[in-house]
Amino acid sequence: MRADNKKINASRNGDSALWKLRLYVAGHTMKSMTALSNLKKICEKHLKGEYSIEVIDLIRNPALAKGDQILAVPTLVRRLPHPMRKILGDLSNAERVLVGLDLRPRTKENQ
Amino acid sequence: MAEAKDPKPRLQALAKTPTGIRGLDNITNGGLPTGRPTLICGTAGSGKTMLATEFLVRGALEFNEPGVLIAFEETEEEITTNVASLGFDVKALVAQRKLLLDYVRIERGEIEETGDYDLEGLFIRIEHAVKQIGARRLVLDTLDGLFSALPNETILRAELRRLFRWLKEKKLTTVITGERGAGALTRHGMEEYVADCVILLDHRIEEQISTRRLRIVKYRGTTHGTNEYPFLIGERGFHVLPISSLTLNHNASTQRVSSGVAALDDMLGGKGFYRGSSVLVSGTAGTGKSSLGAAFVNAACARGEKALYFAFEQSPKQIVRNMRSIGYDLEPSIKKGLLEIRAQRPTQSGLEFHLLEMHGAVEDFKPRVVVVDPISNLISSGTTSEVKAMLTRLIDFLKKEEVTAVFTSLTVGDDPVEKTDVGISSLMDSWILLRAIEHNGERSRTIHVLKSRATAHSNQVREFVLSDKGIELVDVYTGGGTVLTGTARVTQEAREKADRVLRQQGLERRQRELERQRELVEGQIRSLRAGIEAGADELAHELQERDLLEQTVTSDRQKMQMLRGGTRNGGGNGSSKKNATK
Repeated sequence: MRADNKKINASRNGDSALWKLRLYVAGHTMKSMTALSNLKKICEKHLKGEYSIEVIDLIRNPALAKGDQILAVPTLVRRLPHPMRKILGDLSNAERVLVGLDLRPRTKENQ
Repeated sequence: MAEAKDPKPRLQALAKTPTGIRGLDNITNGGLPTGRPTLICGTAGSGKTMLATEFLVRGALEFNEPGVLIAFEETEEEITTNVASLGFDVKALVAQRKLLLDYVRIERGEIEETGDYDLEGLFIRIEHAVKQIGARRLVLDTLDGLFSALPNETILRAELRRLFRWLKEKKLTTVITGERGAGALTRHGMEEYVADCVILLDHRIEEQISTRRLRIVKYRGTTHGTNEYPFLIGERGFHVLPISSLTLNHNASTQRVSSGVAALDDMLGGKGFYRGSSVLVSGTAGTGKSSLGAAFVNAACARGEKALYFAFEQSPKQIVRNMRSIGYDLEPSIKKGLLEIRAQRPTQSGLEFHLLEMHGAVEDFKPRVVVVDPISNLISSGTTSEVKAMLTRLIDFLKKEEVTAVFTSLTVGDDPVEKTDVGISSLMDSWILLRAIEHNGERSRTIHVLKSRATAHSNQVREFVLSDKGIELVDVYTGGGTVLTGTARVTQEAREKADRVLRQQGLERRQRELERQRELVEGQIRSLRAGIEAGADELAHELQERDLLEQTVTSDRQKMQMLRGGTRNGGGNGSSKKNATK
């Protein structure tokens, strides 16, 4: 089952990446494809060499929805650094993703 | 509601899933719509979660239908603890894979939104849980939480619509709970998604006593009760008091049951009450209502029947002691398990609670006779119309079960007794009135049968005497145009007896006197006759003497004549005799 989960490891230090991200999707839908490509773009731009992305397809692994309390898909979960953050949607708004990942300070404009 | 009025069964009846919750299946005519969602709405603390959980637990226990509870507000542990108070062992059911609890935690703070998304994650999660145990029943408690978690209401509403469509496709009998909103059934308009069945729970406090009520707001395609039904969450879960009073189709037994007082049975056509009838015993304080109830219960136990005594004034021990003093020993019956006394203060809880409790007790204990002592105390915990409605339900329930019931009712001294009880008397088949009559510085009790349906009953007022041998009925004194009871009756009776004796004595005396007189008279007659006889004797004696004298004189004269020598002077005899007598 786990073999179905794609793991993108772009960290220089292997598995001990500073940023551990998880993207929950449900099948190969347009939304999940868009989300993954948006996420990759953002990470390459802002977290180059410091992140790993785990893609979990809930259709194949429904039991995993409970662990991170996933309701909506796609959902991006920042596992590390703490605290945990969740970002819903196809991540089309890069600014808000950065805010959600605490890479940008929250301001009135990006709220 | 149009569908509620349709009396004919539909050709293709809507499939229903029994909830197993006492009373609810009666009201819904069989349960919740199978394979469709039902919305249960109510204010906080109205029992939504309890109802939903019991639906699952009973489904698993009684109908072998596994169920899934998706909880958005309480954790698995919290739910387990909460329903443990209702006597449900959720842990065991979970272990048997008959129940699955899944807590969906949602916190708003952690969530950021960017772009399009859907609730497929939730769908997958529900489906996964359902598949794991092959669930037929599902509870979502409560979806309101989603509205606070997901800021995009447009997406959420579209997804909810999809969710309910999906649930119907999966043919899951689903219960969704929703928080009551101001001016609407639910705060987030959940009723717009669930069109099949909506149940409203209500919890109100009146005069510091809480009452819970349930109403079926709508139930598409089926008949259902439309009233507000009281319910309680008791030791054994939900209990809705179903409406049975509207049917009035219970059996009418011709069997008779003794009242426990032979003389009272005589007054009721010689045989007592009908089995399954309701009897009202009303009277002022201390007229012997409880004693009559005890006599009834005692007689039932003596026949080997089970009896249930609801006491609202005295504790069980007190009743046993008090009734022993008038010759009814209830203790052996209690020990044998034939008699159960349930005592409770009427102010302890609301009217509905009491009546539901009684309902439950009758269902559990299955008695043949029931005594409620007194119902007037219950009246204090509700308005007259409420009491009447609830009593109607209780009486109908008892009738359906063919339980003979005696209700005592305390009436206030000044009021005319007939008037006070009129509200409930029409529900009763027999009405026995106990009265205290104060006269000549004492109170005595009287009993009479005010009404008794289908019974040739006595119209007499009898005196009611409590002794250490039980209840006895004595004929009241009705002579001389008055009704006397108590010592007045006794003195009157004594006086009458004395009078009778005196009269008898007088007659005897006069008889004796007459006899004496007769004897006197007869004595007199005897003495008179003796006197006459004495006179006659004397006369005879004198005549004899005279004859003798005459004889002597004649013989003397003849002697003298002869001496003188002549016998010719025959005429001279007379003159000579005259001379001689002179």
